[in-house]
Amino acid sequence: MNEGISKRINRIQFALLSPEEIRKMSQVKVITADTYDDDGYPIERGLMDLHMGVIEPGLKCATCGGKVDECPGHFGHIELAMPVVHVGFIKEIKSFLDACCGVCGRIKLTEQEMGDYRVKLTEESISNSEPEHFALMSKKVTDLASERLVCPHCGAQLKKVILDKPTTFREEGIKVTPKEIRERLERVPDSDLIFFGLNPEVARPEWMILTVLPVPPINVRPSITLETGERSEDDLTHKLVDIIRISQRLRESRDNGSPQLIIEDLWDLLQFHVTTYFDNQTAGIPPARHRSGRALKTLVQRLKGKEGRFRSNLSGKRVNFSARTVISPEPFLSVNEVGVPEKAARELTVPVSVNVFNIEETRALVKRGPEPRDEFGKYVAGTNYVIRPDGRRMKVTPQNAEENSTRIEPGWTVERQLQEGDIVLFNRQPSLHRMSMMGHSVRILDGQTFRFNLADCTPYNADFDGDEMNMHIVQKEEARAEARIIMKVQEQIMSPRFGGPIIGGIHDHVTSLFLLTHGNPLFSEEETIHILSYVEIDHLPEPEIVDGKKYYHGRDIFSLILPPGINLKFRSKLCAGAGEKCEYENDPEDKDVLIIDGKLLHGTIDDAAIGAFSGAIIDRIFRSFGPKETARFIDRMTKLAVGFISFRGFSTGISDYDLPESAIERINEIAEDAIKKINKLIEIYRAGELQSLPGRSIEDTLEIEILSAAGSARDESGKIASQFLGLNDPSVIMARSGARAKMLNISEVAGMVGQQSVRGGRINRGYYGRTLPHFEVNDIGAMSRGFVQSSYKEGLSPIEYFMHSIGGREGLVDIAVRTSRSGYMQRRLINAFEDLKVDEERMVRDTVGSIVQFKYGEDGVDPTRSDHGDTVDIDQIAFDIKQGAKK
Amino acid sequence: MSKFNVLQHELVPEHHLISKEEEDKVLKELEITRDLLPKISRSDPAIKALEEIHGPLESGRIIKIIRKSPTTGYSVYYRVIADEVFK
Repeated sequence: MNEGISKRINRIQFALLSPEEIRKMSQVKVITADTYDDDGYPIERGLMDLHMGVIEPGLKCATCGGKVDECPGHFGHIELAMPVVHVGFIKEIKSFLDACCGVCGRIKLTEQEMGDYRVKLTEESISNSEPEHFALMSKKVTDLASERLVCPHCGAQLKKVILDKPTTFREEGIKVTPKEIRERLERVPDSDLIFFGLNPEVARPEWMILTVLPVPPINVRPSITLETGERSEDDLTHKLVDIIRISQRLRESRDNGSPQLIIEDLWDLLQFHVTTYFDNQTAGIPPARHRSGRALKTLVQRLKGKEGRFRSNLSGKRVNFSARTVISPEPFLSVNEVGVPEKAARELTVPVSVNVFNIEETRALVKRGPEPRDEFGKYVAGTNYVIRPDGRRMKVTPQNAEENSTRIEPGWTVERQLQEGDIVLFNRQPSLHRMSMMGHSVRILDGQTFRFNLADCTPYNADFDGDEMNMHIVQKEEARAEARIIMKVQEQIMSPRFGGPIIGGIHDHVTSLFLLTHGNPLFSEEETIHILSYVEIDHLPEPEIVDGKKYYHGRDIFSLILPPGINLKFRSKLCAGAGEKCEYENDPEDKDVLIIDGKLLHGTIDDAAIGAFSGAIIDRIFRSFGPKETARFIDRMTKLAVGFISFRGFSTGISDYDLPESAIERINEIAEDAIKKINKLIEIYRAGELQSLPGRSIEDTLEIEILSAAGSARDESGKIASQFLGLNDPSVIMARSGARAKMLNISEVAGMVGQQSVRGGRINRGYYGRTLPHFEVNDIGAMSRGFVQSSYKEGLSPIEYFMHSIGGREGLVDIAVRTSRSGYMQRRLINAFEDLKVDEERMVRDTVGSIVQFKYGEDGVDPTRSDHGDTVDIDQIAFDIKQGAKK
Repeated sequence: MSKFNVLQHELVPEHHLISKEEEDKVLKELEITRDLLPKISRSDPAIKALEEIHGPLESGRIIKIIRKSPTTGYSVYYRVIADEVFK
């Protein structure tokens, strides 16, 4: 089970660098704060000394002799004039100073205690238990030692050491210099180090006080040459310059006997520079700044945080062969395709390895050069590079194309530009599910944007208000095969989340097919041919002859795109919840959509038939005919829908919500009645006669009653509005067919907006006892608590508008909070599950081979191949058999 | 008051100790070694309840757990007793 694992980490040891070790690994002692001389040549023993590596082409490393890409870089060192504290070890130094005697250096424990704890800690460090246990025990021991004020060994009376953040230690107000600290730490015997968790073989406490500073290789802090020819040094180099300068001044001042005050100032300055060299965001000291005022990015800043080495460079990878641009819709592309702008296609390449079978073609390909076009000026794939068997790549230019084409032999690789039919990966962030990255085949189109079929908006959660998407060109044969077989859009139609289709008709597709099939309208021959010109068909349906002219039914037109042999019966969205007869259909049979042998006989096509998330027809086709046929259906369905709706025309506007005078009056009455009812409830409550609901206080009961009164007022007004707005109203068509919006939204526009709420209750915040100064204190009436009796169309009063904004703001805040929180939760889940895998036996295992589930999901069923989570759909099979028997 | 047996609780799935012969059969059937099985801590209340019946259980014994499952009715899971599972 552990095949392929050659090494496993047994333990990790952390150690401190000793001054000797720093000197040993150093190739040069840096003594000059300068970098380059006037000719631009690195100064010897300067910060850019050639012994520390090379970054300029042409020069050779003075240590290893390597050229730019060969030399890994070497460390140098700076001898500090006086020792300074290392900020990273402040806590450890403090615990040493607290727990050890300042005179004799021993840890302030009695011999008895030492013996006991030594045994315990040794046991703990040998056993394989958690390192935290050791840390906890060590903390306990050092805390005990820190409390003693008299050394049990030499009997010295000791003073408390206080840490003055970030790097100064004081003893009764008098500063303890780093030199003094170092001397104290030196006195701590090796045998006492185990109490602090240090291994004396690799770490001595005095090494936490720096006397020698390692200078990182030049490769770590390369200088950059600006276009003006000016040199700009790395932030680390700047910091090192400061350190050397101050160290030198300090040394001079000390040697020529300057006043103690000046020496101390310089020493503090050196401490500041070394501290900011490590961490420029240390609390308590101002960050060191660049001349421009920008804070310097020093060692800690390089590693820490989202933009640090770990999260940005190690966990996050950047790739080549990818493109990003704005997206826009193209209804005439297949769901499996993506439109790629020419500009991108010319840059992106696919490697083609030359062999005896394709040498002729590849020669022709290279001969075309990097910008070929056919005789109509259309895009033809060219070649950007040819790669020799030794890995050298050569750019193909119009001039050398001819020559290069004769040079290539089997074993070479040709980097061919993108061509139609290539498979690419297409992705939109945030990539929350596997459908966020799907395989598309390329179509080269004019313009500057990526384009795709509107049905693909749902899985990517994309719209075209400025969204951008990424495209990746797959480089290997295996990857191309995988992309084609498992990542292509048609393979992702079924969502593993709910076992239904996630790709299907949206917005206008639904509206259009609803209009085409609702009431089964008739179209003349010319109209029919026009509509069907958007879809490739081989025959017209059976016509109906009226007055000697041919007419075609909308349902027959739709049937042309259904695959023959499909049998299906389901309830349309329009008639969901209808009883014997659906109020929106003339024929009672039409409440269910009935498809027999690929012919739509009854019912209206709407969201329940072809919509993303719900489409029953898409679901059926996928199960009976497979991904390819489903993709073909979706392609033709979207084309037919777009064709029909652009032929018929469809428009919506404010006049959709015009109600007759009488209806408006009735809605106003309902609003008045609701307010009266609320006032009455309040009266009853004030009189103390309100009966409380079980388990509720009187106040709660009142709120619930008021909310339900306001709610039913809105429902009533909605009912009246929808009575007058029928299926000839575009907004209602969209709502009833499931294309966009709900009936509720329509009643908000035409009828009444209704009660606004914050956290599920009436609005109840703002001033003391009232929401706005327009009301009296303790007015709990309808208006003061956010009841909006106007409609959007009529317009809201200023107070209503304010209340509505309060409710609306809550929604926005909710969304902002929810996305960030669920995003983090999802990240954690993905990280926890990322290496789980379902094996051949449908067992779920991790990379080690340990079992997580004995059968995937306990039943081994792939949700994308299941019937909305169930294993088989018996009813459908029976229905299919029945239809077959009838035939 | 007598001690409550967790295995009697409706929300606790059935735990069974299986015989050594059966252990071998299970391992063979799954083509797996003992260390790859999911683990159960010996301090788990269910193991303590089983120990009341079977006496002390050494680590490495396999426990068969039969759970109610919304998809399959019942599902069988195996866990091996381990000294320390998680912190």
